[in-house]
Amino acid sequence: MLDVRLHKKLEDFALDAAFAADAGLTAIFGPSGAGKTMIAKMVAGLMTPDNGHIRLNDRVLFDSEKRINIGVQRRRIGFVFQEHRLFPHYSVRGNLTYGAGRKGGASGKIPFDRVVDILGIGHLLDRKPLALSGGERQRVAIGRALLSTPELLVMDEPLSSLDDGRKAEILPLIETLKDEFGLATLYISHAIEEITRLADTLVLLEKGAVKAVGPASELLNRLDLLPYTGGDDAGTLLETSVVQYDRAHSLLTVATEQGNHLYLTGSEKPAGARLRLRIRARDVAIATTPPTSLSILNHFEGRIEDHCAGEQGMEELLLDVGFPLTARITRRSFETMGLKKGSPVWALVKSVTLSRH
Amino acid sequence: MSLSPQEVDVILLSLKVAVFCIALSFLPALLVAWLLARREFYGKTLLNVIAHLPIVLPPVVVGYFLLVMLGNRGVIGGWLLEQFGVSLIFNWKGVVAATSVMAFPFIMRAIRQAFEAVDRNLETAALTLGRSRPMVFLTITLPLILPGILAGLTLGFARALGEFGATITFVANIPGETRTLPVAIYSLLQVPGSEAAVLRLVVISVLLAFAAIALSEWLARRSVRRLGSA
Repeated sequence: MLDVRLHKKLEDFALDAAFAADAGLTAIFGPSGAGKTMIAKMVAGLMTPDNGHIRLNDRVLFDSEKRINIGVQRRRIGFVFQEHRLFPHYSVRGNLTYGAGRKGGASGKIPFDRVVDILGIGHLLDRKPLALSGGERQRVAIGRALLSTPELLVMDEPLSSLDDGRKAEILPLIETLKDEFGLATLYISHAIEEITRLADTLVLLEKGAVKAVGPASELLNRLDLLPYTGGDDAGTLLETSVVQYDRAHSLLTVATEQGNHLYLTGSEKPAGARLRLRIRARDVAIATTPPTSLSILNHFEGRIEDHCAGEQGMEELLLDVGFPLTARITRRSFETMGLKKGSPVWALVKSVTLSRH
Repeated sequence: MSLSPQEVDVILLSLKVAVFCIALSFLPALLVAWLLARREFYGKTLLNVIAHLPIVLPPVVVGYFLLVMLGNRGVIGGWLLEQFGVSLIFNWKGVVAATSVMAFPFIMRAIRQAFEAVDRNLETAALTLGRSRPMVFLTITLPLILPGILAGLTLGFARALGEFGATITFVANIPGETRTLPVAIYSLLQVPGSEAAVLRLVVISVLLAFAAIALSEWLARRSVRRLGSA
């Protein structure tokens, strides 16, 4: 449990943010210059707020009124920086174990071999950081922070220094680590792709102020927040569980918490396995009659809960189809179909757009 | 060429003085380098100036100050004599004192540059991994500035071998006690017909300088290789 209230005034910028984060991964999301990294640094003790407080579980790390300011080294907060910051004179193994002696770390054990295994760095252990590629270095940096058994892991745009290929490679690893060790994490990012993939709780930050805090799946569906969460990849986050797998067609059937079934292509998963899906608003089509003779497998009956004008001739819709679902269509279609709040509609989602990375 | 006993004395004395000199200067140089590179404090500029004085002052003037301060009736010298019965006048310890003062800025500057070249982000990262500041200094900072320390100590060693002005002013020219290589060369130059002996000492000086530089290069390369690929 992390509870912060931070205030700091710089020459041309003021941060005034308060939020609480439970276990799981809390993402701080916002455009560049919103003050995300400042929050990360303050929580870790790398920057001092003018006033406010930082509490982690049962410890007060900072309190301006009580004049408490625990040093970085005693906060038990692991930090993954934008750049790897590996120690050049230590081997990969030496880097990974550098913080392993930390006192009073995470309650759950984080085994060295398992971390190395997940990150796929077993063959690099005896090398020096200079001999690694960019992606390998950042993997080691993530492992190093994790193996210091912190109470809280802060990841400050850990993928931002990498190219798209490396990002796509490392993002699933972070997801696996998160699922496996369940370490409370504060994840800083301006990439909605990373947020939708990882975030349990979302803190929306703009110009140094918190716009909204809440479960990621809720916030990402809020039309009023679309200016912040929008963009090409905006969409709905669904927590689903696997119902069955059709091996002949490589087709997974999953169920939402509300009981709707969705179909998507992908590799085999055992029944009951949890799967997080993202349906991009632009991948959802709208029909006013029940669709027949269409190739689209996923269609859901429901109605328009709310709508608002989007950018450049687009209309953003929030549908209730058993679960909340956002859709983005042209304003022209919206008008010619005569849609309005409460209109009964069918939402169509191509299965291939659901394919899970 | 075989060396005369006097020449051996001179060489051994010079080496002994140089070794003691860098051993004595190292920790103060490390401390001052750290203060100047890493700390902001009142009087920093003054400390910077004082630390550089031995480079810019005429060595004879430094020798004079040493005489005043460290002489048996000097503020520090008197105290040393009273408390520990140690006198620096006219013996090799005095030479060590003089060369240490003269070599100090060279050692300090090299270490300071090394401090300034260290990526402080690495130290921050080490702190987030739960290590205390002293441990971070020992495990991160110190290994990273090691090449700079080696370069500084080599410079200091060479400086100590070559120190003349402050030494002869402070502790004079006494065979077997304060007659180091440059002092010995100077003495021989005063004696007509000793050109051959002078040349021998000059050659020895050059060889020692080369050896010191070769040693430091080798050490520096070794420490660079530690950062390289497996």
